Amino acid sequence: MNFTLKVWRQKDRESRGGFVSYTAKDISPDMSFLEMLDAVNQELARKGEDIIAFDHDCREGICGSCGLYINGRAHGNQSGVTTCELRMRHFKDGQEIVVEPWRAKAFPVIKDLVVDRTAFDRIIQAGGYVSVDTGSAPEASTIPIPKEIAEEAMDAAVCIGCGACVAACKNSSAMLFLSAKISQLALLPQGHPERKIRVRNMINQMDKEGFGHCSNTYACEVECPKKISVTHIARLNREFIRAQF
Amino acid sequence: MVLNSKIPEGPIQQKWDNHRFNLKLVNATNKRKYTIIVVGTGLAGASAAASLAELGYNVITLSYHESPRRAHSIAAQGGINAPKNYKNDGDSIWRLFYDTVKGGDYRAREANVYRLAQVSGNIIDQCVAQGVPFAREYGGMLDNRSFGGAQVSRTFYARGQTGQQLLLGAYGALSRQTHLGRVKFYGRREMLDLVVIDGQARGVIARNLENGQIERFVGNAVILATGGYGNVFYLATMAKYSNATAVWKAHKKGAFFGNPCFTQIHPTCIPLSSGYQSKLTLMSESLRNDGRIWVPKKAGDKRNPREIPEEERDYYLERLYPSYGNLAPRDIASRRAKEMCDKGFGVGATGLAVYLDFADTIKRNGKAWVEEKYGNLFDMYHEITNENGYETPMRIYPAVHYTMGGLWVDYNLMSTIPGLYVIGEANFSDHGANRLGASALMQGLADGYFVIPYTIGDYLATTKFAAIKTDHPEFEKSEKETKEMLKRLVSIKGKEPVDIIHKQLGNVMWEYCGMARNESGLKKALDLIPQVREEFWRNVIVPGSLDGFNQELEKAYRVADYLELAELMVIDSLHREESCGGHFREEYQTEDGEAKRNDEKFAYVAAWEYKGEKKWELHKEPLIFEYVKPATRSYK
Repeated sequence: MNFTLKVWRQKDRESRGGFVSYTAKDISPDMSFLEMLDAVNQELARKGEDIIAFDHDCREGICGSCGLYINGRAHGNQSGVTTCELRMRHFKDGQEIVVEPWRAKAFPVIKDLVVDRTAFDRIIQAGGYVSVDTGSAPEASTIPIPKEIAEEAMDAAVCIGCGACVAACKNSSAMLFLSAKISQLALLPQGHPERKIRVRNMINQMDKEGFGHCSNTYACEVECPKKISVTHIARLNREFIRAQF
Repeated sequence: MVLNSKIPEGPIQQKWDNHRFNLKLVNATNKRKYTIIVVGTGLAGASAAASLAELGYNVITLSYHESPRRAHSIAAQGGINAPKNYKNDGDSIWRLFYDTVKGGDYRAREANVYRLAQVSGNIIDQCVAQGVPFAREYGGMLDNRSFGGAQVSRTFYARGQTGQQLLLGAYGALSRQTHLGRVKFYGRREMLDLVVIDGQARGVIARNLENGQIERFVGNAVILATGGYGNVFYLATMAKYSNATAVWKAHKKGAFFGNPCFTQIHPTCIPLSSGYQSKLTLMSESLRNDGRIWVPKKAGDKRNPREIPEEERDYYLERLYPSYGNLAPRDIASRRAKEMCDKGFGVGATGLAVYLDFADTIKRNGKAWVEEKYGNLFDMYHEITNENGYETPMRIYPAVHYTMGGLWVDYNLMSTIPGLYVIGEANFSDHGANRLGASALMQGLADGYFVIPYTIGDYLATTKFAAIKTDHPEFEKSEKETKEMLKRLVSIKGKEPVDIIHKQLGNVMWEYCGMARNESGLKKALDLIPQVREEFWRNVIVPGSLDGFNQELEKAYRVADYLELAELMVIDSLHREESCGGHFREEYQTEDGEAKRNDEKFAYVAAWEYKGEKKWELHKEPLIFEYVKPATRSYK
């Protein structure tokens, strides 16, 4: 298969970026989107040109490093996959593919398709954990948790922190990301002692980072590669209101 | 130099308790005066950094990722072992200890393994308290499952994402300490050299991957938690950034390398499909609990697998190992798959695959049951191969997955350089010649949460430290050498991109130092590796600039180190004239093709000392088995 790529190139944080066209030739339908970019990069490297920078690591959809905006969709047009899992068989031979980085004020571009997502880390640092020092834990079986509660907590905990929810949202809201952690820890008894202060601090931090607000378009849920439900945002809102009293 | 493993005296059950009492403590108010540098933030690094900061030490952490949460520990699927005996099926600390020593084919240090088994229960307690959503039963109690190489159910899991959930737990603990200001996290920094001053590890040189600046970090001790070196093989299940540079630089500064030839090949990976493939994908071997592995009885049988009747199938693991069946340890399951394919029974387009079939389980328990347990793995398989594993058997083939070898450490997890500690997969310690399933997460967290916080205190409390700043001549020298190395790489301006040369190295290693090895092949590899290395330094092309974000440059210096490490792996492999665990030398096998150990000659850890370019001296740490007497491993 052959493709025409329009790729966002940007030298560094300060420089202005723009689209540059490339051709991807002899691509096998079984290749992943990132392997297709590898092939393009290999040709660029051979010519001594600076390669297209993109974040990636595990290439099996779990580390959350990769994230490209492909033809206007976060992680491309398939549901439930990250960019590294997306295969070229989902594209038409000869198609033009526009590749952009996540676009959000809170995710500044570092280079080309690589963005700075440390805002997510600072949100977690503000309270996305249970404060338990190493060694102070009780025997694991002393905390029974109903299976359905544990499963629902796990549904939220599967978040990989890729940022697709933010990229897909017209307001660049981080509510789905935040709700995944809040929901996990609100459902589990271990999270209860700190639930009020946690939600307040994490929301404050989210606002400070420049993420927008949620206007319930559900775009985040559609694009989330781990299919995290917006019902967790509803729980986040309840937790936030509850924390006011 | 004589290796001193510092194994404490006394019966094995009391060694760790006695040792903990004998270790000197750092006064609580003095702890903040010590700075500890932790390189790597996977399970081992994050848990160590968080625990040390909780104790009051001043902690600096470096990661080549933007965030600690992206470390490759996150990709571990299956689970984590602990002998809680919740299933009442006869498990105990002793049994986990026994299984691990035996599973490692009697090439691990007994005292370390016992300690690992001892603290593994605390890990589960800790993780549950952090809010890790482990699988539960309907009564609300924690669920367990059995896992490759074990006959009891001792594996705790969180769907197929156990590594992710454990890492996020440790990441949470680390984030809390970062928020409190006790940990300073430096993201997108890659360690490129270790700074040793007056015989002590005192700092590291790192490259800021965003702007290319070379930075210096000084401390009282350095902990490497930088993972394994499986990417030497190019195609592996390791993440693309996983690399050996930190441990290799430390090795060249005096840290001995233990058992470099012990690599693990994992049996349940998705086979290679196209010629252009960047990495291999693992599927949890928990699949082996309910899936049955088979090949057609007739070589070259190209029929649709569903059309091959039961009596024309060879369920070879069940046939060869009736008591363990499809749950035989990883090294055995992998080697048997290779053997079947080598004999022409392999399936799929390449003939390099065997079937993993869920039809019987689906018939017995229903598709929904399988979906709940393994749904994410079936989805992953479908996306990669475009085949539906519920309807047609999945195809699997072994792939490089883990490295048991690593920097040599003593019982305190300190390397041969005072003040340099090595934890998690980066050290050689607990798995001997073969790691059992669900033991990597256990070891990473044991080292980080429950071993290093005790042992490092003793070193700090008993060592005199000169006041050193980053303007010390050793820092100057290290920085200069690092910059020269980087400059040399970009100035070669040859013709071949890094990946092409890396693949050449990978082919040599897979062919001659992979699942099965022999003398003539290994000698051939010793001829070929220097040729590839020469090609690299003569003909590689690294575009882009030194002082900016440059992923080709990152790959280049990592591959430069693989090209040296690969040679040591082959040398180690060649010298170990026996088969054990993941190290299978074709010359040393029993009549029915099992690994044949030589306990008289090779019951030792091979610790290699770097002696300048292409020269190593072998030191041996004898392994003494007082409690688990070496026997031929039998899983029949």
